[in-house]
Amino acid sequence: MHNSDKFKIPVGPQHPALKEPESFSLALKGEKIMGVDIRLGYNHRGIEKACEERTYIQDIYLIERICGICSHSHSTCFIQAVEEIAGVSVPKRALYIRTLIAELERIHSHLLWLGVAGHEIGFDTLLMYSWRDREIVMDILALLTGNRVNYGINTIGGVRRDISEEEKQEILKGINILEERTKYYIEVATEETTIIKRLSGVGVLNYDDTLRLDAVGPTARASGVQRDVRKDDPYAAYSEMDFNVITDNHGDVYGRTVVRVKELMESYQIVRQCIKNMPDGPIVVKVPRKIPAGEALSRYEAPRGEDVHYVKSNGTEKPERVKVRAPTLANIQAVKHMLKDRYLADMPIVVAAIDPCFSCTDRLIAVKNSNNKNNHTMTWEALHAYSIAWYKARGIDFAGLNKNLKKRLEGS
Amino acid sequence: MIRQVLYSLFKKPATNLYPAQKLEMPKGYRGKLVFYPEKCIGCKMCMKDCPTGAITINKIAEKKFEAVIDLGKCIYCAQCVDSCIKKALEVTKDVTLAQLDDKKLKVVFGSDSENNRTEKQAP
Amino acid sequence: MIEALFSILIFPGFLFVSIFGLIAEYIDRKLYARLQNRVGPPWFQTFADFIKLLGKEDIVPCDATVRMFNSAPLFALTAATATFLYIPIWKAQNIFSFNGDIIMILYLLTIPTLAFFIGGWYSTSLFSRIGSVRGVTQLFAYEVPLFMAILSAALLADTWSLKEMMLFYTRHPAYCLFNLAGFAVSLVALLGKLEKAPFDIPEAETEIVAGAFTEYSGKRLALLKLTLDIEMVAGSALLVAVFFPFSLMFYPALGFVVFIIEVLAVIALLALLRTVVARLRIDQMIDFCWKYLVPFALFQLLLNIILKGVLYR
Repeated sequence: MHNSDKFKIPVGPQHPALKEPESFSLALKGEKIMGVDIRLGYNHRGIEKACEERTYIQDIYLIERICGICSHSHSTCFIQAVEEIAGVSVPKRALYIRTLIAELERIHSHLLWLGVAGHEIGFDTLLMYSWRDREIVMDILALLTGNRVNYGINTIGGVRRDISEEEKQEILKGINILEERTKYYIEVATEETTIIKRLSGVGVLNYDDTLRLDAVGPTARASGVQRDVRKDDPYAAYSEMDFNVITDNHGDVYGRTVVRVKELMESYQIVRQCIKNMPDGPIVVKVPRKIPAGEALSRYEAPRGEDVHYVKSNGTEKPERVKVRAPTLANIQAVKHMLKDRYLADMPIVVAAIDPCFSCTDRLIAVKNSNNKNNHTMTWEALHAYSIAWYKARGIDFAGLNKNLKKRLEGS
Repeated sequence: MIRQVLYSLFKKPATNLYPAQKLEMPKGYRGKLVFYPEKCIGCKMCMKDCPTGAITINKIAEKKFEAVIDLGKCIYCAQCVDSCIKKALEVTKDVTLAQLDDKKLKVVFGSDSENNRTEKQAP
Repeated sequence: MIEALFSILIFPGFLFVSIFGLIAEYIDRKLYARLQNRVGPPWFQTFADFIKLLGKEDIVPCDATVRMFNSAPLFALTAATATFLYIPIWKAQNIFSFNGDIIMILYLLTIPTLAFFIGGWYSTSLFSRIGSVRGVTQLFAYEVPLFMAILSAALLADTWSLKEMMLFYTRHPAYCLFNLAGFAVSLVALLGKLEKAPFDIPEAETEIVAGAFTEYSGKRLALLKLTLDIEMVAGSALLVAVFFPFSLMFYPALGFVVFIIEVLAVIALLALLRTVVARLRIDQMIDFCWKYLVPFALFQLLLNIILKGVLYR
């Protein structure tokens, strides 16, 4: 740092701007960002592999825990693929309930994002207010599904819980308050000078770059790209809903804020339509435990963008292969582009503007053996031995720890 | 904005002072499980469907079963409640299950000699 | 001698100003929380934080220049405490008062920022260094309007002594109204000095962790936090003494109460301001200071020069 005018600053894997561990290495010249190195893979949990060793029923709950915020998105996406393979036609009421929960989830996710964005630009009052209002929708979700996150409402062939008349009234009451509050946030976003100063012109992504870098969700829509699975390839009950795809031509963080806040207003409309038009009938059909052999790809518009699940079955109770592509993986490429020639101060909000969910993103990790010229993958034992040696070289000996652990395991 | 913040000054705080003031969970909340041994027929469907293997049904006598539930492993999805054909499992609104001692998280639901339901820590 | 020691160490010196600083931080935090519709900390929170930090492990980074790293918090604390000694609270007779002390106060208030810079720079962490450079960059932006605004009030009173100035405004309370623009400018500039939103750029949490304080822990961090509190009290007290010196009009005990209330009112205003704004970027901050604050301060200066000509004729 003394001799060169360029230096590298590590943002992550542990940093207050990031809510999950992920590494952004910024090459800085003064306050200006000259280059970014993004390294993913700190959050790999082996979920896809774990899915292959569980039954479809168990997988729903595992898949749901890919992401805490868009848990319904992942489970619905997975279930749609399974239902397609099994050739099940889901009752209409179940589809409506799925749509309803999906929109409530979008509301809670976007309000959460608004607060996080406020925090990233040092506007904690916005964070406190929007998260306070988010409690309303969280309470509704707890009432409908039995939990505030990880709703567990989906099951293969339908949904697990019905919605009563009183619950419908509760939802409408909550939605009315939220609509009022959202109007206020639109006012704040369009009038507060310091917010506009920090957001507009930051992290610009133009139309062509959006298509080239394959951005999805609100990130793409803020650059004027009409891309919304709910409209392009309707699933659940979206083909019967009347709503607009919100786009914006700013192409910057400000545009993404506007798109999300306006999408909230659309979501309130969809929720109202769901409640009004909800048909009577069963909520679930019986599906055999063994799913016939086949494969299916399912798309879903999660709050963060298009979510894709691929399921391959082999006629048993367990899937042969499950592949998940979370929306953040599609957007992360654009971040690198957006950060170019910006200031260090813009980095948190630009990263936050795609609404990243890194633990959803980290699906596969390839560990390369740097000693081996052929670069083939390491076995579990080799990796274990390597990690112990790595720490030993740095003065941390796990031998004692392992002994203690063994003793404890044997004891219990 | 300034009007809103000044208004908040005279409003009751939105925060809930948690340990002193507990929130009531809504009806149908998926909290701690309860097991009714008299209804159980030992089909073990709950064990089969549990995503985390938190529940174990043991046969203790002829037509008498007990359930061992590891509250640390349980993810409170209530799939076992759905899977149970005899409705021997139910969810409660109990959410304050945190324990300093992990042994206390393993709970045995059984019945005593007079067929009353019992709930005790696993040995 | 004993009187001097008493006023340095006990009242209105170190002990009093530390306690007052911690109380002021509590009021700032509580008000900030209430404005955000939260509950906020209990009354002893700031004291508990301070005592807790004193008991925590003290870590010095192995690359840091130890002497500089250790002495920076002491420098900052001493300078901030010394500032308060020069501000007359309720009696005009302040034992350290001399002609020109207002300039001295302004410079003493600058020293903590420089000490933070030194501490941050010598702790060698990248985040600390960026934070400390930002702090000094910011210093050049807010210091000029702050000095201009405060000195233009002194210009109207025709003295460089804070004591004489306060006596002047006590004789002519209505003249305080002429300085309102100056008060607004120095209030905003004070936000920059205290590194509060929208000027909390040097310690922007989501960008550079804690800025210059990143590597500090334990006792040193406790001292730094205390310095910030004392700086807040001293800065607010300076604003009160320069712009609204009404405490001299009352008898000692009541004057003291009036002074404390006025200082707390300034702190409340600072809390309100930081609630309703987002953090600016460093380039935007410098733009703002030179494009808006400095012209306002210049206007105040010009106004006071004209007024002086009119009033003293």
